[in-house]
Amino acid sequence: MTEATQRVTDIGPPHHEKMMPPVIQKNYGKWVSHEILKPGVMVHEAESGDKLYTVRAGSPRLVSIWKLRKFADLADKYCGGHLRFTSRHNAEFLLTDPAGIDPLIADLKAIGHPVGGIGAAITSIVHTQGWVHCHSAATDASGIVKAVMDAIDPYFTGTKKIPGKLRIALACCLNMCGAVHCSDIAILGIHRRPPRTDVGAVGKLCEIPNVVASCPTAAIRPAQKDGASTVEVIEEQCMYCANCYTVCPAMPLNDPVNDGVSIWVGGKVSNARSEPTFSKLAVPYIPNNPPRWPEVVDCVVKLVELWAANARPYERMGEWINRITWPKFFRMAELPFSKEHIDDFKHAGLTFKRSAQLVH
Amino acid sequence: MAELPKTPLLDELEKGPWPSFVTEIKEAAKHKASSRDLLGLLERSYRERLGHWKHGGIVGVLGYGGGVIGRYTDLPQDFPAISHFHTMRINQPPGWFYTSKALRQICDIWEEHGSGLTNMHGSTGDIILLGTTTPELEPTFQALCAVGFDLGGSGSDMRTPSSCVGPARCEWACYDTLGLAHDLTITFQDELHRPMFPYKFKFKCSGCPNDCVAAVARADMSIIGTWRDDIKVDHAKVKEYADKGLDIERTVIRNCPGKCMEWDGATLAIDNSACRKCMHCINVMPKALRPGDDRGATILIGSKAPIVEGALLSSVLIPFWKPEPPYEDLKDLVRTIWDLWAEEGKNRERVGEFIQRVGLGNFLSAIGLDPEAEMVAHPRENPYIFYAVGDKE
Repeated sequence: MTEATQRVTDIGPPHHEKMMPPVIQKNYGKWVSHEILKPGVMVHEAESGDKLYTVRAGSPRLVSIWKLRKFADLADKYCGGHLRFTSRHNAEFLLTDPAGIDPLIADLKAIGHPVGGIGAAITSIVHTQGWVHCHSAATDASGIVKAVMDAIDPYFTGTKKIPGKLRIALACCLNMCGAVHCSDIAILGIHRRPPRTDVGAVGKLCEIPNVVASCPTAAIRPAQKDGASTVEVIEEQCMYCANCYTVCPAMPLNDPVNDGVSIWVGGKVSNARSEPTFSKLAVPYIPNNPPRWPEVVDCVVKLVELWAANARPYERMGEWINRITWPKFFRMAELPFSKEHIDDFKHAGLTFKRSAQLVH
Repeated sequence: MAELPKTPLLDELEKGPWPSFVTEIKEAAKHKASSRDLLGLLERSYRERLGHWKHGGIVGVLGYGGGVIGRYTDLPQDFPAISHFHTMRINQPPGWFYTSKALRQICDIWEEHGSGLTNMHGSTGDIILLGTTTPELEPTFQALCAVGFDLGGSGSDMRTPSSCVGPARCEWACYDTLGLAHDLTITFQDELHRPMFPYKFKFKCSGCPNDCVAAVARADMSIIGTWRDDIKVDHAKVKEYADKGLDIERTVIRNCPGKCMEWDGATLAIDNSACRKCMHCINVMPKALRPGDDRGATILIGSKAPIVEGALLSSVLIPFWKPEPPYEDLKDLVRTIWDLWAEEGKNRERVGEFIQRVGLGNFLSAIGLDPEAEMVAHPRENPYIFYAVGDKE
């Protein structure tokens, strides 16, 4: 008889208190104000008078344990053995002694990690797995992010100034693991052809009612082929969302020729000034061009520069465009406006211009 | 150790100032056959402009239905070391705080059991351990549990809750975002580890309306800190900002969405009854202005990315909530919503889509909440009003 082993399960994550430096434990909930001292460095002051210095380092998100150990070494050297990460993949080092700031920045640079991304700056790009680890990717994620960040690095490190925050995100398909749909600039992988149905495999691999129900435009219907149950796709009704592929591996959409990248602008999540809003389509399609996607990089850089040159202080991309109007944005950005830019899904009518207030 | 594969395309991504993920994979490839094959596979994807991962399979650890994403390459003959290459999602500590000791423990476990590659962090907030084989899943899990870590969510379960840095390092935190995220995570361990819903359900806790974890855009339940009383003003500090050259009229006053502020060159006057709690003035003058003392949160529901029925932002469910541990009022509400959605929701229908389908008014009736004007941008414009038969005289 096998002896039952004691398994530990359902313990949840460690409590944050165990992970925080003493200065945070002491001043938890008692911070009074903060100030950005220089790019990537800020100080928070507590009621007690204690000060906490934060140094923010950019990261590619995909990091090896050998790099994480170097981060741990720096946390030991400068921060009493504590560090944190941000919601946008940056590593943050928390110091009580400001004398450590510059040596820490030098040490981070020596292992290839720039410091910046606080305040009116562009911070790291939230992104997804892409070809590194995902079955449904219409483009790579890490490669485009690397190429774009190389080009806009001066806006991260603060050597180039901008009017306010600008948030970039990338999702390698419409599933949007990175939820890019509310970003100042969103880079979104898209398919442009219907699924190539493996007619013989659908009935064996998939639940046909689920496949039929998965289609938001009812383009998939049950069918019979050589006496076996399968599905057929009404191709002109397909909008390439790939939800059918998510529920059924026999309906792949990945396509080396027709997959690519779309660019969306003007979304935000914060409530500051204007309400949270979705990003809107700027460029419907740019072909995949690895390893460095130069057309995508050029487009993003151009949009950043245009916004930086024209927006008022604190004005986000979408707030600037709303002020100048969308037609003027398309003219200034020298982007063609096409049929693809006009919504034709749910609530499309609400996006039509329903007034004569136009900038001529 | 075998030589690294030739990667002329990926090598291009080691150039430039930003830290390179290719360099990270190459470092891991020096130590791990799986990372070496990943490097070769990725070069092939770059050459062919096509991903080489198959649809996920059902793999996991004993007794859990979530937390592991099955991943297999479609080229196992060429890249045998990644014929399985599953992702493990590890529930992050709230606020993503680590001791160097805890971080090294995770590294040591992943060096022994996996590829040595991670994402710090995934979009939902988990530590992502990128790539291991099926037999290593349970040993990795047990090793992690032994040092106090557990798996996060995946599939149709409650996903790993996440929070902003909150009161740990932010003077704007209107409630204990880390405490609430941790409490929800611990309370709902069963829902986190054992998928039982129509689809995923995400919680995100932001401490103020700046919403640093993007709760309004990517959480089924978005809990966003706010306050009800007056903005706290230090008039001397406002003057200091002005004296240092801040154009308060142009930068602050004109950007106020409630038009509730006036600046006469010496004094800032705020009509707090018209303040919309947008945070802009506080963001611009953090040393002079602070959220008030009567702090709490607005609870919103239903945001999601496009799949299936289109993207949604969360909308107001509870205009103002006073978060107090153990948060039983919120948990009761959550359980009521889950019961309804589990019963009536369609397969792969997020709660936001469910509300769109049945109507917010009907949803509120079903969960026993009264309609409030704060829940809508404006009242209905169309006159096709439904009345239940029993309402008719």
